[in-house]
Amino acid sequence: MSRETALVDADWVEQHLDDPQVVLIEVDEDTTSYDKGHIRGAIKLDWTTDLQDQVRRDFVNKQQFEALLSDRGVANDSTVVLYGGNNNWFAAYAYWYFKLYGHQDVKLLDGGRKKWELDSRELTEELPTREKTSYTAQEQDTSIRAFRDETVEAIGVKNLVDVRSPDEYSGRLLAPAHLPQEQAQRAGHIPTAANVPWSKAANDDGTFKSDDELKTIYTEAGVDWDKDTIAYCRIGERSSHTWFVLKELLGQDNVKNYDGSWTEYGSLVGVPVVLGDEAGEA
Amino acid sequence: MCGATEGGLSLDGVDVAKEAIIQGQVLRDSDPVGNAYVRLLDRTGEFTAEVPTSATGHFRFFAGPGEWTLRTLAPKSEPVDKVVTAARGVVAEVAVAL
Repeated sequence: MSRETALVDADWVEQHLDDPQVVLIEVDEDTTSYDKGHIRGAIKLDWTTDLQDQVRRDFVNKQQFEALLSDRGVANDSTVVLYGGNNNWFAAYAYWYFKLYGHQDVKLLDGGRKKWELDSRELTEELPTREKTSYTAQEQDTSIRAFRDETVEAIGVKNLVDVRSPDEYSGRLLAPAHLPQEQAQRAGHIPTAANVPWSKAANDDGTFKSDDELKTIYTEAGVDWDKDTIAYCRIGERSSHTWFVLKELLGQDNVKNYDGSWTEYGSLVGVPVVLGDEAGEA
Repeated sequence: MCGATEGGLSLDGVDVAKEAIIQGQVLRDSDPVGNAYVRLLDRTGEFTAEVPTSATGHFRFFAGPGEWTLRTLAPKSEPVDKVVTAARGVVAEVAVAL
């Protein structure tokens, strides 16, 4: 993977608005933003209802994912282009999710919805209609998904990258600053984790920084490029963005997203936790 | 609705006493700007969070106590920075004029 295959820009999207091969999908943290206007032809995925099991804390299973994409008119050979607000935060999560279930041709719109809006490009409230398909997903690719035991074993062994804000990393905040702070779990971070806020990878307009800038950011934070990496945040969405940067833009092997993230780790009994700005010892 | 801006976003269900809230409205020539993005930067200038404004131009953050910078991005405008101090139990109101 590389920038050329994983990213498209807004001009490319405008040129492919009527391309039947391309399926534009908006995925936003604010699940109502699509309804207030979206890129023409784009469909919506709701991360809270479409992409999460409604009973257990887990993703929808293979059969549910197949039913979802079939219903929305996404085919196995579709070029899926994802975009969303907030530096493509949730769009990157959906990208990782599509990869988890083996979709081959998936891309992010660089800058996402924000850049599109800041450029004053057209949005519409018109809802597209797509023919239903018969989508077949692959079994989950767990080479890109980390679970809790693997994360605990990675302390002092692999790169752990905590992509939350410095205040969440240190334990001064328990959640991103636009969400209420009442949480059950302990504050802090996993010992040895480097703190590279996910947003460092993006410019103010939401586009990704250059490969050289990105490499410098993670190298200076202590990421050892010869080691495997696990990225985490609070619920696994922001770390999808960092996973995208490390794996898809910079081409690192063996990068996993720990989607259980701090809401799981910070609630585990008996695991080590570090408070404060230092990474801590294994 | 204790602490909510008149006509602003509802604080129903939020325990304001426990939160250090920063909220406000983005305006251009007194008109609400519903397609702006407001970024919350910490005391070191590090990005902490970002929200799109509501149709009425409103935004809200649940920050920690201390000094923060709001950076507002909107179409056809240069970014606008505003420094704001948050304190627990207090709703800091900020008007951003483009």
